[in-house]
Amino acid sequence: MVQDRYALAFKLYPYQQSPDQTAETPARHPVVVVGGGPIGLAMALDLGRQGVPVVVLDDHEGIGMGSRAICFAKRTLEIAERYGCSGPMLEKGVIWNVGKVFQDDRQVFEFNLLPEEGHANPAFINLQQPYFEKFIFEQIQAEQAKGAPVEVRGKNRLDSIETHTDCTVLTVTTPDGPYTLEADWVIGCDGASSPLREMMGLEFDGRVFQDSFLIADIRMKSDEFPTERWFWFEPHFKSGASTLLHRQPDDVWRVDFQIGWDADRAEEMKEENIRKRLDAMFGDDVEYDMVWSSIYTFQCRRLEKFRHNRVIFAGDAAHQVSPFGARGANSGMQDVDNLGWKLGMVIKGQAPATLLDSYDDERIYGADENILNSTRSTDFITPKSEISHTFRNAVLKLAERHAFARPLVNSGRLSVPCVYDTSPLNGPDELPGGPAQSRVGSPCKDAPVKDGFLLQSLGDEFVLLSINAEMSDLPEVDGIPLRHVTISTDDDPSGALSERYLGTAASAVYLIRPDQHVAARWPSFDPTKVSAALLKICGKD
Amino acid sequence: MTALILSPNITTPDDFYADLIAAHEGLSDEESDAFNARLILILANHIGDQDVLNEALNTAR
Ligand SMILES: Cc1cc2nc3c(=O)[nH]c(=O)nc-3n(C[C@H](O)[C@H](O)[C@H](O)COP(=O)(O)OP(=O)(O)OC[C@H]3O[C@@H](n4cnc5c(N)ncnc54)[C@H](O)[C@@H]3O)c2cc1C
Repeated sequence: MVQDRYALAFKLYPYQQSPDQTAETPARHPVVVVGGGPIGLAMALDLGRQGVPVVVLDDHEGIGMGSRAICFAKRTLEIAERYGCSGPMLEKGVIWNVGKVFQDDRQVFEFNLLPEEGHANPAFINLQQPYFEKFIFEQIQAEQAKGAPVEVRGKNRLDSIETHTDCTVLTVTTPDGPYTLEADWVIGCDGASSPLREMMGLEFDGRVFQDSFLIADIRMKSDEFPTERWFWFEPHFKSGASTLLHRQPDDVWRVDFQIGWDADRAEEMKEENIRKRLDAMFGDDVEYDMVWSSIYTFQCRRLEKFRHNRVIFAGDAAHQVSPFGARGANSGMQDVDNLGWKLGMVIKGQAPATLLDSYDDERIYGADENILNSTRSTDFITPKSEISHTFRNAVLKLAERHAFARPLVNSGRLSVPCVYDTSPLNGPDELPGGPAQSRVGSPCKDAPVKDGFLLQSLGDEFVLLSINAEMSDLPEVDGIPLRHVTISTDDDPSGALSERYLGTAASAVYLIRPDQHVAARWPSFDPTKVSAALLKICGKD
Repeated sequence: MTALILSPNITTPDDFYADLIAAHEGLSDEESDAFNARLILILANHIGDQDVLNEALNTAR
């Protein structure tokens, strides 16, 4: 039997018997993705768009109720745009820029994310996680209709795995009983409590935080609370040691109370008790409906390695962070972005399997950055010693009047993509006067060009971007297609492109990876150098 | 005369704050107080200027 562990918000992939279940010998698939959460679905979408056949196994028939993630960052929207599904996210999502921080009954300060001009996507949107997943799934369906070889199997629970050097054997349980299938590659996207990790006996170490949080998502019609992120330290209404209020689509508001490690979960989850906290916060005359509530505790930890030969972990199964900073799903999307093209090339025989080790290098680097940031936010929000509490409150007190203390206030450092500064794939950074923000390893920044935006014109192939530089033909290197994008500063009316890519240089040539990270840059085009850098990225040097 | 700097001046504020809290790890309340006292004296010496120090005393009040 395959029991549901949670209720569904959207039933999207009802169980259907697959021919694999009655096959005489186990079917062999190039890629099996375990887990159809946001990360597993995005992984399948990425590979499917490259024409790589993928089977996704999920033990449910759709997307779970309740929104865990609500904040999705620009980088995630850029990745989704590349996949073709950012449109519905932007349409449904709520864009926000202003945040306010309070202590007790006083406003400590207000910040504005002040998104830089000239990007196609906003700094953040708030969107319930089930919608985010649904839009990815709908894009998978759109790609399937165009022939993408993706299959999502509902009520298919992975129960055991056998790993061999050249393949893996998976046992899967369905409502019709178990079956076996084989895979060249397995991507573990089965979430923070990953059964796959367990089955492989892998340690998942890190820090446990001794606190719990109560989420209440409520629906209310209110003009009193604008589309801003409000965060209280030690609020006067005493509904939690800290409290967060943040707007979502559909007139829904996320309220998140810090209720302490010793909280009695069963008691706290009773609607009457949740309402007591909410009423203390909003006053008795505010009307609302409860949409979803949940209590969570959290840990910051990661696998020591994400790649275990033919089994590769991504998303929460590989790393877990506290929610402060919205670095969970956002960083999982960067895993997919990073792994997708590499695995695609390996499967198509365009690169050796060792290229996948750079996924470990780059995404472990990213995970460590996320863990560091979210650990620090958590330490500030839930000080773990008397003295740390004293310093925290001193910072808040000073921040009310003095600008210097405000950068020290930490109610979450919001997710930004990391720069792969130390990546083994990095090529030469040889653009004198080139801006640091587009140095080798960094994710390409957007900029308005001609009638559109730069990132839209980069797409998801290897790109040679020339700005004011002469280029001659180099359509491929050792069978790897290289697309040329040529822009002149005449097409840069706002000056953003020059500022972000030229600095004081007069011209530039950028080699850009399929995940839109900068791989190398020079002032002019030299086919020998470009070829060498491209071979290095593909692990062929 | 230099005035007390009250605009952000720490290059990597999160690193500094984490180091500050870490420096107190494992200390008793009394030891933490003593640590803070030493730290203030060291920083005061670095500043040196009496006017700036007085301004800081007033700001902290
Ligand atoms: C309170 C809270 C707030 C958050 N806020 C944010 C935020 O604002 N922004 C953000 O980016 N992130 C946020 N996160 C984190 C975000 O929710 C997670 O990072 C994200 O869900 C991870 O996606 P995933 O696909 O890796 O795993 P999951 O979403 O956990 O999906 C795993 C999937 O695998 C399936 N599965 C499990 N075992 C098996 C098996 N044996 N066989 C088959 N299938 C299996 C599960 O049913 C599930 O569908 C928040 C998290 C919490 C708890």
